[in-house]
Amino acid sequence: MRAPPLTAASRGRVPHASVIALASVVALLSLVPLGFIIWITVDTGWAQVVALIFRNRVGELLVNTVLLEVCTIPLCILLAVTLAWLTERTDIPGARLWSWLAVAPLAVPAFVHSYAWVSLVPGMRGLSSGVLVSVLAYYPFLYLPVAAALRRLDPAIEDAAASLGLNPWRVFFRAILPQLRLAICGGSLLIGLHLLAEYGLYVMIRFDTFSTAIVDQFQSAYNSPAANMLGGVLVFCCLLLLGIEVLVRGNERYARVGSGAARPVDRRRLGWFVVPAVALPVVVAVLTLGVPFVTLARWLYLGGTGIWRMETVGNALLQTIGLAIAGGLLATVAAIPMAWLSVRAPGRLQRVLEACHYYVGSLPGVVVALALVSITVRLILPLYQTFATLLLAYVLLFLPRAMVGLRASIAQAPVELERAAMALGRTPAQAVRQITMRLAAPGFAASVALVALGITNELTATLMLSPNGTVTLATKFWSLTSEIDYVSAAPYAFMMVVLSLPLTLLLYVQSKRTAGQ
Amino acid sequence: MTFSFTHLTSALALAAGLAVAPLMANAAESEGIVVYNAQHETLTQAWADGFTKETGIKVTIRNGSDMQFANQIVEEGAASPADVYLTENSPGMTLVDANKLFAPVDTATLAQVPENFKAVDGNWVGVAARSTVFAYDKTKLKEADLPKSMLDLADPKWKGRWGASPAGADFQAIVSALLELKGEDATKAWLKAMKENATPYKGNSVAMKAVNAGEIEGAVIYHYYWFGDQAKTGENSKNVLLHYFKNQDPGAFVSISGGGVLASSQHQKEAQAFLKWITGKGGQAVLRDGDSYEYAVGNGAQSNPKLVPLNDLQAPKVEPSKLNSKKVTDLMTEAGLI
Repeated sequence: MRAPPLTAASRGRVPHASVIALASVVALLSLVPLGFIIWITVDTGWAQVVALIFRNRVGELLVNTVLLEVCTIPLCILLAVTLAWLTERTDIPGARLWSWLAVAPLAVPAFVHSYAWVSLVPGMRGLSSGVLVSVLAYYPFLYLPVAAALRRLDPAIEDAAASLGLNPWRVFFRAILPQLRLAICGGSLLIGLHLLAEYGLYVMIRFDTFSTAIVDQFQSAYNSPAANMLGGVLVFCCLLLLGIEVLVRGNERYARVGSGAARPVDRRRLGWFVVPAVALPVVVAVLTLGVPFVTLARWLYLGGTGIWRMETVGNALLQTIGLAIAGGLLATVAAIPMAWLSVRAPGRLQRVLEACHYYVGSLPGVVVALALVSITVRLILPLYQTFATLLLAYVLLFLPRAMVGLRASIAQAPVELERAAMALGRTPAQAVRQITMRLAAPGFAASVALVALGITNELTATLMLSPNGTVTLATKFWSLTSEIDYVSAAPYAFMMVVLSLPLTLLLYVQSKRTAGQ
Repeated sequence: MTFSFTHLTSALALAAGLAVAPLMANAAESEGIVVYNAQHETLTQAWADGFTKETGIKVTIRNGSDMQFANQIVEEGAASPADVYLTENSPGMTLVDANKLFAPVDTATLAQVPENFKAVDGNWVGVAARSTVFAYDKTKLKEADLPKSMLDLADPKWKGRWGASPAGADFQAIVSALLELKGEDATKAWLKAMKENATPYKGNSVAMKAVNAGEIEGAVIYHYYWFGDQAKTGENSKNVLLHYFKNQDPGAFVSISGGGVLASSQHQKEAQAFLKWITGKGGQAVLRDGDSYEYAVGNGAQSNPKLVPLNDLQAPKVEPSKLNSKKVTDLMTEAGLI
């Protein structure tokens, strides 16, 4: 990096132009799928576009999608905040165990969750089942940031509130909850985007969303305009979600300044309330972990040793690991400029760039994949069906995941330290790297883990974009389950869980670390 | 501060490099032929293994669905990495053929398959076949209650009682046969009634499971799902029996799984050899002895003895090249089924 002009550093500011340039490159890349949809729309012609968008089926899907979002997100918030409060702020016995178990469901891919439920209750289908499985599969995305935020709160604020005569409930609602706003918004947005993009989970329980309908259209394919129009509606839903999050998030600052440090919080005594308090994490663990593990154990038991064909299972495992690590790193590095900007230098242009970063992650893999297939096959043939293109798809699909972890941890690195470093003679780039990025390192690692987790369980884009001969655990699991060969599929599901466990553990450990310790 | 950002990054970068290196090596050694496979993975894998064993030619399989690949091949055009395209049903074949992307199949290969199981123009050839069935819940339906024709399922009395997998290439092939046999208006009316009466499932196996679980009384699927499940654990089909419509009914449609060599293939000889092998003795024997339970189509080839013989199915006569996949998806989109 070229040393920037002295003036910026002497003013104690990191020059934004270069960071904006970097973020713009990523944002432009993320506009590729949208550009493709627009091009298809123009190509299709207005009359047909209207016919394809304003039809009953789209109405059905819209109702389904809205209901799914509206039912799932509040339930996730309620469950995640309650669990986080119990494990972080009360004297519940076994708090560490419960907090680990609250994160562990992330190690089970969403479609394995839903498969387990369908095995258990074959008649499960429709909205209520969709909401149930979605909450169980995705609430950890909220639990993680909320628990981390609770752990870092300065109890002095609560003390002040209590000294002003507020009872514990009102302290919680007036002093604690507002400080969790960033964490709740970030986590809810992530879940909301997942609900829009998820495919496998809803196929298993027969709940139609835009994503499943788009895949249906692609498989019946002569209709890619119809599929892309659905994709267009989906992009619109996503932008709406983003807008809502921006409105709710606000722009207060949450970093603590002043002398001294926050003291550790006292845990609230539960007394007789300990019985229902313990019952909640137990029930949740049974539903989120017990169900999939019992199902898997049954498959593996039925299959015996014959299903462990090491040649195929081992090969799929190796390829999955490679893709997950490479994609995780690339996506996180790509997200750094934007994450830094959104915290340090929010503005109108930055909002637009950030929206680009987020919207692309809500597209189903199949939309991104088709755009990249068409573009590479028509324009950049050397990249067609290469790992480079597949990794690019992963970067685009998982940018939001990378952003959330980074943004929250950069927000907690006080800008004053960056400026102090520059005052002591560091260049802006050095200051960001040595101060902010170090403080944000846990967030960086968490982002890599989150993205790697996502890649491990990614299905549609992998199917369409991977070079010939690539087999991942997820694609193999999916093809075997669609042949109702559940027994042979079990090792792949098991390996996905095993692979996801260390990543989930890393996430858990990182969220336990407080910045700067 | 025990945590160094730069150390972490370099360690991770190294790990990523190490992890991707074998991947690249894997992808690089893709000599031999590439098959775009919409057939069941296990069946094609068995074919590929048998072929490689006999000829030493390596086969790389890419899995997907009929129409997805047909469109992908059209999209790829002359740049397609595929050498061979295999489907479960013929509409995908017809689409690629209409775009003039197939090379003619070797005459020796065509000679191995009877007239009614290959394309008239000789650009693709049947490799297996499947029969439409009505899989029903034997605890709820007696012989007398069964629909005489697939068209009877449009009757209001079947509302909420039957299912299918409308988004799949399998069911769409059945609809294309209906369209060819009964014309557009009848097909439109039937699809409209289907939207009212039928429960949509994702996949034939899921539809059969639903029949077995008592969610619906019957499902329009293909025959081999039931045989495959019976041969495994039977847990998804223990309450299910198959009803064959026969009488040249649209519901007795026998769908042809096809194979073709792409004109753009750089490995014409190997690709043609592969088609010749799967339509010949070795490939057709895999259908007889394996666990796919699809019908063998080669001249003189025997199907699995458990199946109702192909000649007893009284299938309607449908010219495969006339099956119009585009029209079918339009009609189904219009009916709100997809």
